[in-house]
Amino acid sequence: MTATARDGSGAAGGGPLLLGVRHHGPGSARAVRAALDAARPRAVLIEGPPEADALIPLATEVDMRPPVALLAHAVDEPGRSAFWPLAEFSPEWVAIRWALEHDVPARFIDLPATHTLAWGSAATEGEPGGGAGSERGDDADPAGGGAAGADASRRGGGTGVDGDGDGDERGGGPHSGAAARPGAGSQADTDTDTDASAGGGAGARSEASIGAGAGAGAGAGAGAGAEAPAAPGADAAAGSGAQAETGAGSGIDAGTNTNTNTETATATDTNRDADAGVASQSSADGSAMEKDVRIDPLAVLAEAAGYDDPERWWEDVVEHRGVGEGDPFAPFLALEEAMGALREAYGSGGHDRDLVREAYMRLQVRAAQREFGDAVAVVCGAWHVPALRQKTAVAADRALVKGLPKVKADMTWVPWTYRRLSRVSGYGAGIDSPGWYGHLFAAPDRPVERWMTKVAGLLRAEDRIVSPAHVIEAVRLAEALAAMRGRPLPGLGETTDAVRAVMCEGSDVPLALVHDRLVVGDVLGEVPQAAPAVPLQRDLERTQRRLRLKPEALDRELELDLRKETDAGRSRLLHRLRLLGVAWGEPVASRGSTGTFRETWRLRWEPELAVRVAEAGVWGTTVLAAATAKAEAEAVAAQALADVTGLAERCLLAELPEALPVVMQVLADRAALDTDVGHLAQALPALVRSLRYGDVRGTDTGALTGVAAGLAERIFVGLPPACAALDADAAEEMRRHVDAVHGAVGLLGDAPGPDHRDLRGRWHSVLRVLSVRDTVPGVVRGRAVRLLLDDGELGQDEVARLMGLVLSPGTPPGDAAAWIEGFVGGGAGGGMLLVHDERLLGLVDSWLTGVPAEAFTDVLPLLRRTFSAYEPGVRRTLGELVRRGPGERGRVTAAGSGIPGFAADPDPERADAVLPLVRLLLGLDGPSGPGGPGGPGGPGGVKADIDNDLAGVAG
Amino acid sequence: MSVSVEPKSVEPSESGSAPVNSSAVTPVSAGASAQASANGTDELRPHAEDAFAGELASLAAQDDRPRPARWKLSPWAVATYLLGGTLPDGTVITPKYVGPRRIVEVAVTTLATDRALLLLGVPGTAKTWVSEHLAAAVSGDSTLLVQGTAGTPEEAIRYGWNYAQLLANGPSRDALVPSPVMRAMAQGMTARVEELTRIPADVQDTLITILSEKTLPIPELGQEVQAVRGFNLIATANDRDRGVNDLSSALRRRFNTVVLPLPESVEAEVDIVSRRVDQIGRSLDLPAVPDGIDEIRRVVTVFRELRDGVTSDGRTKLKSPSGTLSTAEAISVVTSGLALASHFGDGVLRAGDVAAGILGAVVRDPAADRVIWQEYLEAVVRERDGWKDFYRACREVSA
Repeated sequence: MTATARDGSGAAGGGPLLLGVRHHGPGSARAVRAALDAARPRAVLIEGPPEADALIPLATEVDMRPPVALLAHAVDEPGRSAFWPLAEFSPEWVAIRWALEHDVPARFIDLPATHTLAWGSAATEGEPGGGAGSERGDDADPAGGGAAGADASRRGGGTGVDGDGDGDERGGGPHSGAAARPGAGSQADTDTDTDASAGGGAGARSEASIGAGAGAGAGAGAGAGAEAPAAPGADAAAGSGAQAETGAGSGIDAGTNTNTNTETATATDTNRDADAGVASQSSADGSAMEKDVRIDPLAVLAEAAGYDDPERWWEDVVEHRGVGEGDPFAPFLALEEAMGALREAYGSGGHDRDLVREAYMRLQVRAAQREFGDAVAVVCGAWHVPALRQKTAVAADRALVKGLPKVKADMTWVPWTYRRLSRVSGYGAGIDSPGWYGHLFAAPDRPVERWMTKVAGLLRAEDRIVSPAHVIEAVRLAEALAAMRGRPLPGLGETTDAVRAVMCEGSDVPLALVHDRLVVGDVLGEVPQAAPAVPLQRDLERTQRRLRLKPEALDRELELDLRKETDAGRSRLLHRLRLLGVAWGEPVASRGSTGTFRETWRLRWEPELAVRVAEAGVWGTTVLAAATAKAEAEAVAAQALADVTGLAERCLLAELPEALPVVMQVLADRAALDTDVGHLAQALPALVRSLRYGDVRGTDTGALTGVAAGLAERIFVGLPPACAALDADAAEEMRRHVDAVHGAVGLLGDAPGPDHRDLRGRWHSVLRVLSVRDTVPGVVRGRAVRLLLDDGELGQDEVARLMGLVLSPGTPPGDAAAWIEGFVGGGAGGGMLLVHDERLLGLVDSWLTGVPAEAFTDVLPLLRRTFSAYEPGVRRTLGELVRRGPGERGRVTAAGSGIPGFAADPDPERADAVLPLVRLLLGLDGPSGPGGPGGPGGPGGVKADIDNDLAGVAG
Repeated sequence: MSVSVEPKSVEPSESGSAPVNSSAVTPVSAGASAQASANGTDELRPHAEDAFAGELASLAAQDDRPRPARWKLSPWAVATYLLGGTLPDGTVITPKYVGPRRIVEVAVTTLATDRALLLLGVPGTAKTWVSEHLAAAVSGDSTLLVQGTAGTPEEAIRYGWNYAQLLANGPSRDALVPSPVMRAMAQGMTARVEELTRIPADVQDTLITILSEKTLPIPELGQEVQAVRGFNLIATANDRDRGVNDLSSALRRRFNTVVLPLPESVEAEVDIVSRRVDQIGRSLDLPAVPDGIDEIRRVVTVFRELRDGVTSDGRTKLKSPSGTLSTAEAISVVTSGLALASHFGDGVLRAGDVAAGILGAVVRDPAADRVIWQEYLEAVVRERDGWKDFYRACREVSA
């Protein structure tokens, strides 16, 4: 074929067709398609984990819609995982689709995830990871002969961290076992691959792919022979990342770092993987990285071309190039040349992980060449192309990939989103603008015009007036800007500037919408049902086993005592699942005990919950990580302040310490911007309640306390103005808010921390302001006075003065009645106050008798509402007091310099009468104590005494 | 606007001891006065095209890129003129506007595509300065200017009549007094409209025909003036002040809008404020203030935080008050604080001297803004280290 011939002449010395791409580059994707169409290779090799070979056929299913990601996870530790996201415009995806459409085998050729995942454990945990790996050696290899080699390399991985010496030793060990492999090395690969592309079932898949991995490892061992040093492998294990692509991203030296940019796709993505194992891994990498100077190959090339922004340079040179004119291979050759020059300058030596990966890729390419001849196309990051082109000794390559650590890994497809492809969300596959790239890839022609039309459509849907004239002007402006900036075509920067100036009237607000919906985009991928189970399911099963909590279809009540380890774990699991929308357990009211350390759940496992779990799989690979991610997303999306406080409470219950800062930040922001004091007052009690839960569960609630105190602060400032000009209903609601805040501040004041100590003091001064301000409704004023009195902040005399003011003839009777309601109404104790303080009762009494007849009917309902809530006994006592008349009151008042309601001097005789009962209660006496009311009649007698005493006091 | 940091009012007081190196933030005016004196002109404030005639000439000489019709420079050279740079022959172009490059590029490109340009922004963001220099660089003439006020009549935008001529000879082109806009249309120049939003709405709409049809009918004569290539219009407007007439959407559609941002960093803004306060202070014969910079920084911080609705550490969100809290206002707060300190205090600018001014600038709507201010005081200022005196002073004036 001419194409192949041309390729042969272009590429140094023939060999496979190497297509260097930028992951997620639409230009690269288009170029790959054109090149494949022209070259018509007999096999397509793609950079990616070979375990996923079996999953490739799923790509043509109707239910498969990119963006999707290949997810590799360690079988026994779903938290350790890596993603290879693929969008519609990813060159890898295009290559897969092309291969499937043309009935050509497609294969992944990167280092197997079984190693890259194990690298993570080797680097982070050292010995344990290796131990786990070899332990699992038994069931790894139906694919045949690689068992010994596989074992060997596993063991090698385990100790690889330790250094070179061990490596040598092991190099010898497995040799005999692996010796069978050299010839069969490619054979084994072929087997597994054909199986896979023939549609090998999900069950067979993992084993087959692992077998392939094992075979490769074994082959490497054999080729290297006993004398081959194991050092490179050991080095790699020690310094490298959890995943193949992480290795690329978080490089050990300059050369590797360059990789981050060349193949932004998977590199950044896996780096940012949220799971704990990987997180610790990347920190380990970080330390290695700090020592090195970072060099970005694209930046170097861009600088040479006179660009200050490497991304823009890449866009101009590669992405915006039209395909169709000229040689479909020309861009790849040019890029290869550039990368070759770069690697000569920067990429020689040191970056062990890349070397290992490239060695493995070379081996795989060779194997494919043996099978298909030179008609093999390789799609990989442009950075790797020179290395794959390089002629190296097979033995050297095998030595490199020998002795890598292993874990049992499993792969599946998971749905992905554009948002996660973008850097903004933190997962990040490394591209800012997946929506824009998707558009560039999908648009058949006139991309800028089509883009502007899309933007106009979006803005119109949001009720902004955007006419076709706007679109025309925006396109003109974008093109003129591009011309002025010397770019071949308007890029995202130009179009954004034009949209801002023409369609958004200079405002960034609608522009943010455009960015969110179009530039990043809302696209959500889908995977077919046939895709293997998500790791979340496995993690859930493991947790269930650990907590001995079996899913049962029958209703079951579960009592948990949170002080016990297992029960606390169960509670956390159930709370987390509830957050994830997996309603396995419903909390029900505890019977009997009301302690905060008890929880009662009703459990019931419905079959559809399994579907829910699968759906929740998008949030993470473990229950903890998924619940955390979900909580964070919910916090950001929450509308009302109360929703966020509720969420904070649930986060504490589910123990999601990592989600809490986000929730707290959202809460603080919402609180800061909420202008309704009522909302704030509603939010505060829930928050303070959460603080108490936190105490029970031993969570760190420092941040929560801070936010609660800030919330209280805002309430203090906003409350007095908010109390002005309220009608009766609103006033009543405000009274409830005041009560709620009072309770919350009381609890909060106890919280540790220097900042919150004077909260109560400030609350009291707010109450004082409320109590004397005339525009504040009577019921709130009365309540404020009462709360101050209860806290001992106002003396009896002062209260009497305030009450006198309110009940003086100048105040409208309705107001006065409301004040009384606020002061003595609502809840217990109000009546007793009047019973005990006859001065206050006298004020009420004389006011009531002075109410004009016409006003009395207005006041009556209020008063009735107030007094009818009292206990019958209190009501009767009050009635008796009032009937007795002012004379008696005068006596009490006159007698009293002491506490009102009490005689000036104690009555020792009556006080002594109580003592026996007190003794009994405190258990100071034996059952037959002298003088104690030992018999069954005793308590009753004492009770009668006390009743008498109380009556006596009251009288 | 009683106070502005735009250098149109800066130069007069600056002649004496202008900072030698005004590598500053917004407009750079040292070059202006330097060149003006070099040219030996006597004007208080020479036009941009005169003050920077040298730079414009060397740009024109070395500009080999295509120029739109009747442009003195290519768009690229206009952008270089505004943003500064060094030409191949070594001529240094001083930056006229220090800010995002994107803004200048969009502005220039807009003019090059015959769309009218609307520069939006709060007071003190160099709108007028940018529009003047754009006109000077594009058309070589920044004087075709309509100043917008509440009393701007339609004649100022279309044309007026010489009534003596009109009565004597009847309506004719000789009796017509063309407006700057009309002249710009006829000559293919750049017209400028300052403070477009101050102009009553019905007068604003006069521009619609001019911008969409590119023609100005004169019904009295049965004639029209058609714009020739090269005509364009730059308007400046202020969207946050009170007492503005919002543009009708029909008019708004005819503009490309560029929003000039506030100074990017606290340091930049502190720099602008302190320089400007220094100048005003000297012209008012206020004694020099030794340690005012800390207080200025606080004022700027307060203004920025309330304006942006978030604290400077980015941790806490805040409500924004209804006032604009522009840099210009910060300047006036500091200046009046300075006057207080020198006349009634010990000459040292203290928290108490600026507190009342800040309160006045922040609390424009007595009900809502007061709550916002108090929340800010309690939630942010009270907790901040070293701000105790400021907190107390503000509490005192707020109570």
